[in-house]
Amino acid sequence: MTSTTITVNGRAVTADVEPRLSLADFLREHEGLTGTHTACEHGVCGACTIMLDGRPARSCITLAVAAHGTDVRTVEGWDGDGTMATIRDCFRKAHAVQCGYCTPGMLATAYDIVTRLPGADRDRIRLELSGNLCRCTGYIGIVDAIETAIAEIEGGS
Amino acid sequence: MKPAPFDYARAESLDEAVRLLAAADGDARPLAGGQSLGPMLNLRIARPTLLVDLSPVAELREVSEDEDGVTIGASVVHSAIEDGEVPDPTAGLMRRAASGIAYRAVRNRGTVGGSLAHADPAGDWAPVMMALGASLGIRGPEGGRSVEADAFIADPLTTVLEPGEIVEAIRVPRLSSGASWGHCKLCVKPGDFAESLAVVVIDPDRDHCRVALAGPTHAPILLEEVAGTVADANGWSDALAGEIKDAAGRGIAAAGFADTGDRYAINVHSTVTVRAAREALSR
Repeated sequence: MTSTTITVNGRAVTADVEPRLSLADFLREHEGLTGTHTACEHGVCGACTIMLDGRPARSCITLAVAAHGTDVRTVEGWDGDGTMATIRDCFRKAHAVQCGYCTPGMLATAYDIVTRLPGADRDRIRLELSGNLCRCTGYIGIVDAIETAIAEIEGGS
Repeated sequence: MKPAPFDYARAESLDEAVRLLAAADGDARPLAGGQSLGPMLNLRIARPTLLVDLSPVAELREVSEDEDGVTIGASVVHSAIEDGEVPDPTAGLMRRAASGIAYRAVRNRGTVGGSLAHADPAGDWAPVMMALGASLGIRGPEGGRSVEADAFIADPLTTVLEPGEIVEAIRVPRLSSGASWGHCKLCVKPGDFAESLAVVVIDPDRDHCRVALAGPTHAPILLEEVAGTVADANGWSDALAGEIKDAAGRGIAAAGFADTGDRYAINVHSTVTVRAAREALSR
């Protein structure tokens, strides 16, 4: 067992874990934060994407022990964040959520697109979403939602 | 938990990492960003007995610049290169290459040294570094050494690293102001590994012209005849495209880069080479 200390949604957590435990399993099974979903578990599908030190990262191929000292934000940890509130609202209005399995990862990536690439057009949004798979929506609603979120945040509404 | 069990140690310095790897019984592997090793652990393709985590090692994230080039610490992540946080002596080639690696979430963790050391034959950095004439600084129990990028990967997933050796930094030479480059990556969807990836660097002031080619089945190669044709070229023409394509086909066959009977693969690789050359010669 190895000790790891990770700030999860603003709260420092220290635990002794097996080195082979992924950050995704740590969040789900040790912290009860089941909003982080695992699907492919080899970094391709994007369902497990969380924010690590403010940047999107794959929690399925990051070891919990290797996340020692980092700041992690999961889908449960966005209370009070106006940008994420806008993105969530746009996802709802654009029907960007169907079964919901990809949604936590989509929201993390959407947050990255909206904050890092405020000039992104639809093609760029699609390119940036290439690392998040959705088997339901056909992506159109998700692209619409992110495009609208960028416009609303840029417009200050 | 998907991986087989392994032991784990955090290295605080490069010396400690080398010591931990050298002292290990069995298959010890350094862990950098884990974006290639992580999937291999989860799929149990890799079953190391010990992982030595390099992420606390600050010296592996150092970057230094001088007149002749930039030395990039092996643990610098792809997104730092993509965003221009690292000085780019290659007039945009490194930024282009970085931006095409997997997805942003992977680029935020994956490292340039880790990618090279992992040596996936379709990896993005090896052909770039080979075409640029970069070299890799390596640290091991016997001290340090330097290996040219084109001599680093011996076979798919196999490098010249000895057990216990770690890639420390990549030395990227500075292109002259008159230099140009082309970079063509063909993949099924954005972020995939390349079906074919060609990089052309032309730097007449330094008497440097190289063409590197990477693909999924063979270690990346330099196409010397194509480089000679590109170096002598004066502008772009359809005839030149044909010449380059034929020369690429000969180089691919000579290196055994694709099966001689696999006309599709040879056509894909030589066409990608032509596209990279066209970009370099059209700048």
